[in-house]
Amino acid sequence: MGWDLLVLTVVPFVVSITCWWAPVTLGRLLSLASGVLSFALALLLVPAKTTTAAAGWLRVDALSVVFLVAVTFLYAATTIFSIGYVRPGGASEANARYNRRFFAGLNLFAWSMAMAPMVNGLALLWVAIEVTTVVSALLVAIDDTDGAAEAAWKYVLIASMGLGIALLGTVIMYYAGTSVFGTGYELFYPKLLGAAGRFPAGVVRLSFVLAVLGYGTKMGLVPVHTWLPDAHSEAPTPVSALLSGSLLAVSFYAILRFYQISVRAIGPTFPRDVLLAFGIASLGLAALYLASQRDLKRLFAYSSVEHMGVLAIGMSFSAPIAVVGVLLHVLAHAAAKGTAFFGAGSMVSKFGTKEMTRLRGGVGGLPWSGPMLVLAVLGLCALPPFGIFRSEFLIVSGGLRDPHDAVAAVLIVLVTLATLGLTWFSSQTLLTPTPDGVLRKETSGWIVCSMVIGLGALALLGVHPPAQLSDLLTRAAHELRGVS
Amino acid sequence: MAILLASSTPPVPSTFSGGAEAIALVVLLTEFAMFRAPLSRSQIRLYGFQSLAVSALAILVAATQHVPELYALAGLSFILKVLLVPGIMLRLLKDAQIDLAASNRLGVASMVLLAIAASVFGFFVVGRLPVHAHVLPAPALGLAAAEILVAFLLVILRADVVSQAVGFFSLENGVSVASLVVASGLPLILEVAFLFDLLVAVVVFGVLIRVHHGRTRTLSTDTLDRLRG
Repeated sequence: MGWDLLVLTVVPFVVSITCWWAPVTLGRLLSLASGVLSFALALLLVPAKTTTAAAGWLRVDALSVVFLVAVTFLYAATTIFSIGYVRPGGASEANARYNRRFFAGLNLFAWSMAMAPMVNGLALLWVAIEVTTVVSALLVAIDDTDGAAEAAWKYVLIASMGLGIALLGTVIMYYAGTSVFGTGYELFYPKLLGAAGRFPAGVVRLSFVLAVLGYGTKMGLVPVHTWLPDAHSEAPTPVSALLSGSLLAVSFYAILRFYQISVRAIGPTFPRDVLLAFGIASLGLAALYLASQRDLKRLFAYSSVEHMGVLAIGMSFSAPIAVVGVLLHVLAHAAAKGTAFFGAGSMVSKFGTKEMTRLRGGVGGLPWSGPMLVLAVLGLCALPPFGIFRSEFLIVSGGLRDPHDAVAAVLIVLVTLATLGLTWFSSQTLLTPTPDGVLRKETSGWIVCSMVIGLGALALLGVHPPAQLSDLLTRAAHELRGVS
Repeated sequence: MAILLASSTPPVPSTFSGGAEAIALVVLLTEFAMFRAPLSRSQIRLYGFQSLAVSALAILVAATQHVPELYALAGLSFILKVLLVPGIMLRLLKDAQIDLAASNRLGVASMVLLAIAASVFGFFVVGRLPVHAHVLPAPALGLAAAEILVAFLLVILRADVVSQAVGFFSLENGVSVASLVVASGLPLILEVAFLFDLLVAVVVFGVLIRVHHGRTRTLSTDTLDRLRG
């Protein structure tokens, strides 16, 4: 099965380079094919236990596959959306140049995010995540507006500083390993996990805190989240969808790898307490900020901070069902947030603004994407029958079995508060009467198609997740908790 | 008597620990000098000097700890951080045609006092941490931590894009010092990957600095305050 890892490593990268030089139409079609192929290959990895390639430098286990599925699903859906959202622009050379740059960047960004869960080891993981930063910073700035330039600068500076701290965490973890392996060794996962029980506890604690702080910057954990609302709101909408649904998840994956090692080295209490502190802060602040937003994409950006808080809190619960819920939440959030941003993109295309005070009558003006955006928002609010309902239900169930079950109550209160803000502002935008003169018409069939796919996946995860996927989540949860 | 003398005399530092501590101190002092530097150009040159010290540390570790791969790393680090990165940044300043006086959010004295406080905090906190080994010069690691904290202050207290970028590059130098001290055996391929990543990051910083200057005709970050809430 190692061949599919190699294909996943090569295809999006080659397509990215091709898009830079090829005619616009060919680049768009190749991007679509690359997205769909990548997702299909990721699905093929779902039943496999562990797959390696490239002399062990590429390795996926159940935990990696969960994140690979989330990334490639959104990659495929976003390429479909982008074909409708980014117009080819006829004979205009400026538009053709924008198309080439955009699709080259989009494929490279997706490639770097897919590489993160595929590489074997903490050092290469850091390299992959650093590449996601530099590529996505350029994509945030691609629209060349004042807002985009400001957001891109803040993003690249803050995220790079955070990754500097994450690198220090990686170096310290390497140092922890030298007590077992001597001064020269590779930071491969099986090696680290096998010997983690003999690592010095204090050094591992320091490494874990630095990793959470560093990668937490990219994940959008409070108080190191400040780049996130700006970048999500100012980036082109397909990039916002990937930033929110995939990039944050990939950063969470990096934290989970440190968690996995730390649990074996120092036991679960300390890593859980650290994640709980960041999780409560993130969920609490996001719930407050969701109640005061005026920009539709910024609203969804704070919703991402909220859901990252839910993930961190979920990992702080000791019950295994909560960990399964967390992993399902990663997949469901990718589908829901992707769909929500696609809907926001449809609204922005239709009304020409992101300001919610000027966005009115979305459902009336957009016969398909408007109602689907309402459903996506309900999905984000964890209402049944969508996947986030199931995942949060599992997380809360796990929390109620925890000795500190009061945290589950805090989680429910804060999520409810966030739901109020999200539904109030979304309903103001979507369910109000359509202004006169606005035609009841979609801007693109491709956008509708991407939203149907996202919503379908979200419903599938909520109503009846496939048996192989449930098995994958259980195996990944066991890997995380150190149970074979 | 001999036992008494042996227990009361501090151990003589090895060439490695003495050299590593001296170089780490130079790296930290260079960071302080950046606060004092009146022009962005001088800041970039100080970064080049700081990187030279980091390359020298790599050679010292290679020679005293018998890690020959680090000679290659020192060479690469020299080419990239001493020549290429400062070269790219100086070229950017030349193209922008701004002989920028670095813009401080506080007076130099206040900034240096804050930096001293951050250094002391970093140095002593790391001293209390359980990161110890026979070959490890703990003061050098403390100095690296101090350097990282001062780099954060540099980014926060300077209000122009060039200084902020240099602050990030300096932070990376601090991490490099820590890496050389505690993880000198890190495989060369990974070290090269880290350096390549830095190069890509420098290019992206350069592109975004160009975009910023193209839109505002200034390198100041005072205009970057539209996005709030």
